[in-house]
Amino acid sequence: MAGQTDPHISLFSPQEVEFMAEDELVEIVPNMNMEQLNFISGDFGLFIPQIPTKVPLWLAVALKRRGKCSFRPPGWMSVDNLTQILEAERESQSTFQALPFSYVEIARLLFDHAHDDIPDKYMVRSLVEDIRDVRLHKLETNLGSFQGTSAVKISNVSAMEVNIVRPFVRRALEAFYKHDKPEADVGRDTRSSRQQREANNEPRRPLRQR
Amino acid sequence: MASNSEVGGSSADYETMMSTSDVELLKRAWRNEKAAPEILQYEGALVERAKEQIELVEETIEDYVENGKDPLVVSLYQMDLDRTQFLLRSYLRVRLLKIEKFMFHNLKSEEAERRLSEQERVFATKCADDLAKHFEETVLLKLPQNYQSVLKQSAISEVDDMVPQPHLETFVVCRSNNFVSLNLYEEGESPETVEMERGDLYFIRYKIVKGAIESGQIDLI
Repeated sequence: MAGQTDPHISLFSPQEVEFMAEDELVEIVPNMNMEQLNFISGDFGLFIPQIPTKVPLWLAVALKRRGKCSFRPPGWMSVDNLTQILEAERESQSTFQALPFSYVEIARLLFDHAHDDIPDKYMVRSLVEDIRDVRLHKLETNLGSFQGTSAVKISNVSAMEVNIVRPFVRRALEAFYKHDKPEADVGRDTRSSRQQREANNEPRRPLRQR
Repeated sequence: MASNSEVGGSSADYETMMSTSDVELLKRAWRNEKAAPEILQYEGALVERAKEQIELVEETIEDYVENGKDPLVVSLYQMDLDRTQFLLRSYLRVRLLKIEKFMFHNLKSEEAERRLSEQERVFATKCADDLAKHFEETVLLKLPQNYQSVLKQSAISEVDDMVPQPHLETFVVCRSNNFVSLNLYEEGESPETVEMERGDLYFIRYKIVKGAIESGQIDLI
């Protein structure tokens, strides 16, 4: 039912995060003629064979499933770009590389429905998964180094990643804020907050530092 | 069909630059409402416009089906309609959830009451009355004289301490649309500020960003 996510697990269900990502525009190449579509969310079209056009992701997936178009993978999804990003992610321990906010959802939908439109699809898929793993691991290790502040800056973290860590970070930061006084308490609080973390949103257990 | 101005470029950064479509506004309102611990201002005009557009599209789809239009096009219009309806319904449901959760608080506090729509106010009052009546009949009247209030723990309580209040100190994730500089602490404790550039993501206490959300400078994620 719309609106009924359990607020203790996560604010938004993964499906809702995907829903939000589905409005992102992607480029498709239609293979048929269709008139302009005047949706509530905007006007899209004309659809002329072999002329690329930009449509929201949900529309693109719907057309693809009916065999009416093919995808042009977004620029950031090339093997070169992803390899570069993966290396940069591995090098830096505390910053995240700039990736589209919904890169996880976009990549997932493209792999599920349009894998034949992606050159080197196995390579791309394994790169994206590696990037996801490295970023999640970085998030986990960074969580242990919070100071007791009122605002924490997280740049370039994507929607899915935010949604996964949100419940834990919220409780941890609230606990910090409540006991805001001496800095010496930071180490103790971190460890105890960490043990309370639930693992049900994470696909894997926390990795150990290599 | 009277669709609003274009969605603009492909990234969310264009949202504030060009005028945004109703669906974008509705999505933003839905996201903010879901992420905020207290109830936010009711977007009456937006909901009305969205309802009109939905009805219009429903009629259009019926016409198309009768006239035998390409079923693919019809199904695509139907999908878009479903998505918009989901946003609207979820938005209203989240607000109802919050009303039910903080029923007595919403009616007591002037500020919160102003944020409800007419129908929500009627719903909240009726709900609160029913709940109070239920408590009284089943439990409260059987307790000793001093403990019979729904709102106070006992007659010697000075404030209404049986009323759950929204937890404004909770942390939320937000992204700012403009350059914004906020005061971290209140009432001149230590005037630290946090400055947010456009597009930065922050974990921050809800209280600090409350005003900026209302004015549209910051979005909750």
